[in-house]
Amino acid sequence: MPQKQFGTAVVDVDAEGFMTDFSHWTREIAAAIAKEEGIAELTPAHWKVIEFMQREFKANGQVPSVRKLNKSGVISTKELYEIFPGGPAKKAAKIAGMKKPEGCV
Amino acid sequence: MEDKIKKVSIIISKGGLDGVYPGLIMANGARLEGIEANLFFTFFGQDAITKKRMGKIKVATVGNPGMHMATMLGMLPGMSAMATSMMKKTMDKLDIPPVPEFIEMISDAGCKLYACKMTVDMFKLKKEDFCPQVDSIITVGKFYELAAGGHIIFT
Repeated sequence: MPQKQFGTAVVDVDAEGFMTDFSHWTREIAAAIAKEEGIAELTPAHWKVIEFMQREFKANGQVPSVRKLNKSGVISTKELYEIFPGGPAKKAAKIAGMKKPEGCV
Repeated sequence: MEDKIKKVSIIISKGGLDGVYPGLIMANGARLEGIEANLFFTFFGQDAITKKRMGKIKVATVGNPGMHMATMLGMLPGMSAMATSMMKKTMDKLDIPPVPEFIEMISDAGCKLYACKMTVDMFKLKKEDFCPQVDSIITVGKFYELAAGGHIIFT
């Protein structure tokens, strides 16, 4: 299994760079992945999304959809696309240390 | 991964739930992958963006071989409504939104929506008949112009 260094941490990742063990995730790792994904700095809005996604993921093992993020009042779809440019669900999941979202919507 | 798709233009030409959803899912999916997307609605596909129809789109139980249902059975009153309601419930579980919400979501995701001018002329529609997410009414020529440099998907 490939490994990747983020800051001082070395974690297992899949072929696309998604962390395979969520329990090793730290905020420092998140910031490093974000940089790699072209997000220079994680703002409170980013953290709100990340924290919601992690809560959902811990509760039911599913990466929440864009629709769920919008409906739960965490963030509007428009803003989500703005702060995670180039693929919001995938990028947010990656930064949050979760697997790649599996759904089609 | 080389040769990533950067842009798609999707044409939705058919009415009914099974006619409009595939194109909507493809467009939304494109935006989720960071792919630039355009949606072009033509013929009965325009039901999906017409204010008075977008919330009432059903699945046809007659003349729809995909329903695996005898034609006579599909003709029974309420059959299409029942099939539609069953399908909607299943889709909601999969987090696929109803058509009006889906159109809003796709537009918020940055996909541009266009209505076909010929269909508009044919059905005597106006810009006001469409939901606000529709960018403009365009000709086929303009569609090709907008689609330049990307892939075109016809549904």
